[in-house]
Amino acid sequence: MSDAVSKTGRWIDLANPTRFLSLAGGILPWLGGLTVLVLAIGFWMSMNAPDDYQQGSTVKIMFIHVPFAWLSMMCYTIMSVAALGTLVWRHPLADVSAKAAAPIGAVFTALALITGSLWGKPMWGTWWVWDARLTSVFVLFLMYLGIIALTRAMDDPAKSARATAILTLVGFINIPIIKFSVDWWNTLHQPASVLRMGGSTLDQSYLRPLLVMAIGFTLLFFTLHLMAMRNEIWRRRVTAMRRVAARSADRGTVS
Amino acid sequence: MGALFLRDVRLGLRAGGGALVGILFFLAVIAVVPFGVGPDLKLLARIGAAMLWIGALLATLLGLDRLFQADRDDGSLDLLIMAADRHMLALTILVKCLAHWTVSVLPLVIASPLLGLFMNMEPAAIGATALTLLVGTPAITLIGAVGAAVAVSLPRGGLLVSVIILPLTIPVLIFGVSASYGAVEDPAPFLAPFLILAAITLFFAVLGPVAAAAALRSSAD
Repeated sequence: MSDAVSKTGRWIDLANPTRFLSLAGGILPWLGGLTVLVLAIGFWMSMNAPDDYQQGSTVKIMFIHVPFAWLSMMCYTIMSVAALGTLVWRHPLADVSAKAAAPIGAVFTALALITGSLWGKPMWGTWWVWDARLTSVFVLFLMYLGIIALTRAMDDPAKSARATAILTLVGFINIPIIKFSVDWWNTLHQPASVLRMGGSTLDQSYLRPLLVMAIGFTLLFFTLHLMAMRNEIWRRRVTAMRRVAARSADRGTVS
Repeated sequence: MGALFLRDVRLGLRAGGGALVGILFFLAVIAVVPFGVGPDLKLLARIGAAMLWIGALLATLLGLDRLFQADRDDGSLDLLIMAADRHMLALTILVKCLAHWTVSVLPLVIASPLLGLFMNMEPAAIGATALTLLVGTPAITLIGAVGAAVAVSLPRGGLLVSVIILPLTIPVLIFGVSASYGAVEDPAPFLAPFLILAAITLFFAVLGPVAAAAALRSSAD
């Protein structure tokens, strides 16, 4: 019981932007340093991973392609949770989080598509196929762009927050479709091989660098997300201050 | 609810309601296809169902921003929102969607067999396409209600509605076209995609109005 109370207490603490800023300022250097460290280790491990007997060295594209694809879905999930936070709990930072996450998620999705197509050219012989997973990830990319467009289209952040939250939640239908598209339709893209029932089919020598890279990119995402949230809070403060300044200047000329 | 339905239908049919523009747009899109792909009748027959679906999808998207815009301009939307304690707002929106569909989308479905003849399609394919359009297009309108409600307070939301709604309508398009092809091509099944299409429509009949009601309520204040 007391644990739950302290937990909600912490969440309310976070709702104060000043507290959040000081917390983010404290965490960010450590998080950034850890990101660089883990990514460097992951890079080194993936460079030392053996070549595949069929795919040759192109198999190493996997070490960036798969984390990007995972993150593109994780980012949308985080945005959906933030959307719930806006609509249900009215957490003041939830819409900041959703707004900051959208461009990062769009970039990760675009990178997943680009690296996938670079990998697909030598392996499948084509840059692009309209297969279930590729198409649904492309739809995810379009939805990110639509959400960004909607967020930018409204001047009032409070209004755009709720509209964007509703759109984000409706679009969440796509995430399970992406996850299971390779199981539901028999397509060119391989089915899930890392996270699946009965253990991973991937060899240890590939799995370990992949997981390190995934952790590294996840840390990178959270670093960028925190920085973007901090920027967004600062931007709103600047806008508010400008408004106050404009009002007081106006009063000064009138009187 | 019945009165609201009749009112929306009347407003939509009146000149300037914009319902007829949708049909004209549909005709124009279909008429442009042979210019783009060439007048090869065999090719047209093969892609006919897909072209009819895409034309209907675009024409439906085109009219979506009118769903709430006119009501917002004359203030009746606020009245509808304030009456939410007597009539559930989601139900009101469902009725509005149905009226919008009857006025601006049902004519597209009725016109589609004629355009199917232009595309040199077989009678079975024409029938199947019209049937799938009849079942599938309500889903597009209901998804579009979310977009229209989200963008209602924007000065020029029409294009934005289409952009944010289009990704969500892709499943409708996929299953609609595959059901239309299933009716003529032998190995492909007709019933399975058709039933999934019906399920999508029913699913969005619940989700669409509820989400649109939430969006309208937040935009009202």
